[in-house]
Amino acid sequence: MGRSLTGSRCLQCGTVAFPPARGCQRCGHRSTEVLELSQRGTVWGFTVQRFAPKSPPYVVPEGGFVPFAVGYVELPEGVKVEAVLDCTDFSELEGDAEVTLVTAEPVPRFATAAAR
Amino acid sequence: MTTGVSIVGAGLSRFGRQPELTGRELGLQAIGAALRDAGLEWTDVDVAFGGSDGSGLADTLVSDLGLTGIPFTNVKNGCATGGSALMSAVHAIRAGAAEVALAVGFDKHPRGAFDPRPEDWGLPAAYGEAGLMVTTQFFGIKIARYLREHHISERILALVAEKAYRNGALNPNAWRREPVPADEIAAADMVNDPLTRLMFCSPGEGGAAIILTSDTVAARMGRAVHLLGAATRTRRFGSFEVFSPSIQGSGRPSSVSADAAAAAFAAAGVTPDEVDVAQLQDTESGAEVMHLAECGFCKDGEQEAMVAGGETEIGGRLPVNTDGGCIANGEPIGASGLRQVHEIVTQLRGEAGARQVAGPRIGFTHVYGAPGISACTVLAV
Repeated sequence: MGRSLTGSRCLQCGTVAFPPARGCQRCGHRSTEVLELSQRGTVWGFTVQRFAPKSPPYVVPEGGFVPFAVGYVELPEGVKVEAVLDCTDFSELEGDAEVTLVTAEPVPRFATAAAR
Repeated sequence: MTTGVSIVGAGLSRFGRQPELTGRELGLQAIGAALRDAGLEWTDVDVAFGGSDGSGLADTLVSDLGLTGIPFTNVKNGCATGGSALMSAVHAIRAGAAEVALAVGFDKHPRGAFDPRPEDWGLPAAYGEAGLMVTTQFFGIKIARYLREHHISERILALVAEKAYRNGALNPNAWRREPVPADEIAAADMVNDPLTRLMFCSPGEGGAAIILTSDTVAARMGRAVHLLGAATRTRRFGSFEVFSPSIQGSGRPSSVSADAAAAAFAAAGVTPDEVDVAQLQDTESGAEVMHLAECGFCKDGEQEAMVAGGETEIGGRLPVNTDGGCIANGEPIGASGLRQVHEIVTQLRGEAGARQVAGPRIGFTHVYGAPGISACTVLAV
């Protein structure tokens, strides 16, 4: 469940949006179609969240906060999606690392090969 | 022919923690300082624009300034609040609706302010629960990508912050007035890689005000600084902004700062290489690095040599953030954009004291903020 990442595509210019958009940011056209996005992409950029974000709204995981990576995954459809990035070591995310979708809910989460 | 516009007065409150004063009082202090600087009275002001992000409505200041009945428009435009107020004042003078116009911005943010709520940004609550509503993540991701793409070492981030604290120490009005060595900045707690705690500005307190007139009026007043060009812009397709669930489009993100800077330079008929002193938004030290290129002062990747060669120091080819920038002055959102203008006016008049640049003729200011807005000015004497 929640495995598939749903975006939208503009029926006029083909621009892909995530999350699904009612209108197109590029051309302003108001008709879009639902599009299932690729489950594999590359890490476009990332950082590490070194301190526990403020709660609320942050929900500290069971077992307590551990630093995690967050970044943007570039998908072949021409959109970079913000996601939590699972890895066994943050260095795995360097250099256009390939990652695979783990879940789309509650927020997109991708993982390196080592962390899957 | 377009009416020329000049700045005839610039004023600041003190920046930094002032527990005894409200944000509105900081705004009033700035207006008083700008009027004194111009040699004008509040009753001389024909029109006013201003705002704060979280310290109340600027137009309520008339109850303390005097009820002269002038139009006073509130501006609420995030980090571009000051820039938008200034732009509105410029338009009023150019339209012939006013001879003397005021732009003012102020704010008083407590420690740890800026608590963005996902729903205010059109995002599901899950983004907050997952720990993604953290402003500093955006800056970390953007500069990490930039440094990697353009083969710049992380050391530049500590060097730029070191310069900010060093310049702040020369500025009697700055909040942070202690120099901090680059090694200490680099070794401070990591917030979001590659940015440490000492590379970021903090939510702060302050007010800034600018008085503008037509060139004709300014010619009678002396000490005028000409506003050669000014522009505000919002983001175009493909930009990368804070709290974006995605970046649309392939290739490199667009830059609203590049758009606003190019428009201001075009309006001024000036090129970036003619600028003698600049103020660039330095929410964190990486922002100053990227904005050097986005505003046209260098090509991507040239910053490492520029900074290492001291070109952005007060004695360098292009001094940047001579007052210590946001890093040393803090970030009162409504005031920052006009603080930048105040510093360039001060530099161009040769009144910057220990931090004075030698004989600048042309200056530039650039502010950038969420959700993808930028305001730039080109000023000259």
